[in-house]
Amino acid sequence: MATENAPQSMYRAREGLGVWEHRGQVAAVGIGHGPTSRRWDGKPDTSVGAISLLALRKAIEDAGVNPDDIDGLVMDELTTTGAFWPSGQELPWDVINAYNRTDAPLDGITQLSAEWILKNMPELTGVQFTMYGRVCMSNAIVVAAQAIGEGRAHTCLVLKAWHNLPGRYYQTGPNADDAIPGTNAMRSLWGAPACYGTAIQFAQYCRKYGKNHDMMAPFISNSRRNGLRFPEGYWAQHRPEEITPEDYMAARWIAKPANLFDNDIPIMCSAAYLFTTAERARHLKQKPVYILGHASSRGQARSFIPTLDEVEAECASSGRKLMEAAGITVDDVSFENLYDGFPQFHQFHMEGLRYRGMQPGDALDFYQTDISISGPNPVSPSGGNIGSGRSRFWMHTDCIQQIQRRAGERQVTGVEPVIGVSGGPMPTGGNFTCWSATPDY
Amino acid sequence: MKQGVNPDDLTRPFWEAANEERLVIQNCVACDRLQHPPAETCSKCGSDASLEWKEMSGRGRIYHYGVVHDCPIRLLQEDQPFNCAVINLDEDPGIQMYSHLPGTPVDEVPVGAAVELVFDTAANGQKVPEWRVVADS
Repeated sequence: MATENAPQSMYRAREGLGVWEHRGQVAAVGIGHGPTSRRWDGKPDTSVGAISLLALRKAIEDAGVNPDDIDGLVMDELTTTGAFWPSGQELPWDVINAYNRTDAPLDGITQLSAEWILKNMPELTGVQFTMYGRVCMSNAIVVAAQAIGEGRAHTCLVLKAWHNLPGRYYQTGPNADDAIPGTNAMRSLWGAPACYGTAIQFAQYCRKYGKNHDMMAPFISNSRRNGLRFPEGYWAQHRPEEITPEDYMAARWIAKPANLFDNDIPIMCSAAYLFTTAERARHLKQKPVYILGHASSRGQARSFIPTLDEVEAECASSGRKLMEAAGITVDDVSFENLYDGFPQFHQFHMEGLRYRGMQPGDALDFYQTDISISGPNPVSPSGGNIGSGRSRFWMHTDCIQQIQRRAGERQVTGVEPVIGVSGGPMPTGGNFTCWSATPDY
Repeated sequence: MKQGVNPDDLTRPFWEAANEERLVIQNCVACDRLQHPPAETCSKCGSDASLEWKEMSGRGRIYHYGVVHDCPIRLLQEDQPFNCAVINLDEDPGIQMYSHLPGTPVDEVPVGAAVELVFDTAANGQKVPEWRVVADS
């Protein structure tokens, strides 16, 4: 069974499409996470394939479904955090041969195909539908929701995993060469690190609205505090370290005005969800969390870096699309889990949604108020990438868990967790989902 | 020092012009619209037949800047920290170029200031467009 990338028609990327035609008809009913680690240690049972098998089996068990009943798998075959198998390095045949392999030897190690998953989960005897929602869990969620809504599958696993190998982030390959191809040179010759574009947008934001970098500190501290209450996350599992405002303001610069804590940490991780129809969800173990709508942004920067104007326009459009798809207004949203990796994205997403009535330029002042899980205006209760490492999926897990009231120490208490929104990553290119405690809110 | 550049089919006119100390930017004749970075087709109309290379005046303004302290490029790491600015071309402020702003002290960048084209030399001798703040801007 060949697995194809989801067609663009499955993403709702335009305004004016109306309420999602499958509003409330798809539900999340199971969650599973694999263990996290900073980098792969080369062992078979810690490879990205191995931790993904664990995540998938946990999601199935959590939902209480029989594996035979699963007929769909939506995932992303790309798993790199920026790390690639070094050219010329011998392949890890002991790990490759520890599993049922595909034609690509590094499948399950530096990539992850649906074929590899199905070869190594013989209990999935009924899967008839597979599809790639490439880039992030945010993509895979949208594709899986759409697939169930359209009747392509009725009980579907959704998977996203990341691998990270030894060595510093983006310091190998062409970046270590004496010369690079002319096309690459247009962009990379000036040595801007990954966070640079966001830092420029943030700098322009501060200049326009009279804000400053230190005003991010409460948000960063809040995010890490929430992340340390996320037992599935990297920092909670390995390095339970708070970030105080003083820590944040004293951190070394990467590309000023983005410092160390304005960057997330690449890790090995994997998460899986089980989605099914609203009808089937009612008979399963966990409280269903319904999808009211989804929306996507596909903004195109005119040149290298999206300008502040381009970012703000696209985020506002994404917010309108999501509310339109869900058939609600932003006043109905109990809490937000929009993307934070880089944290300097977060204010753009939140303002674009108009969360708690925010307008462009308001978010950093909002950060100085009570944004905790116990207050009336929770910001990123998941803690996001800052709280738990670079996965781009904590925000989705948290929305499901909050609404199910299974978020443990992270459970929001200042609001009723009825409607949550999650999504990202990029302000000009992301996918967003609206989750609900009821199918007909 | 900047990495060397190996011009490829798409970008060869840009780099050859740079070696002549000229700045050329891709232009769609049909749309009368510049685009940068260059692409195989016009990002607006999709045409590949109407693309040409158009010489620029070499004038622009600083949109904003960052200071790079942790650079992923090995050859530039010994120059850290350094300015990395985004320049908007006078011909079309929607067109951006990067610059290390030679001559401007680190983190003392006059945002919005006028800049003029100069050329730097990369590790393999390829000339590279750079930008210098105009003294009386």
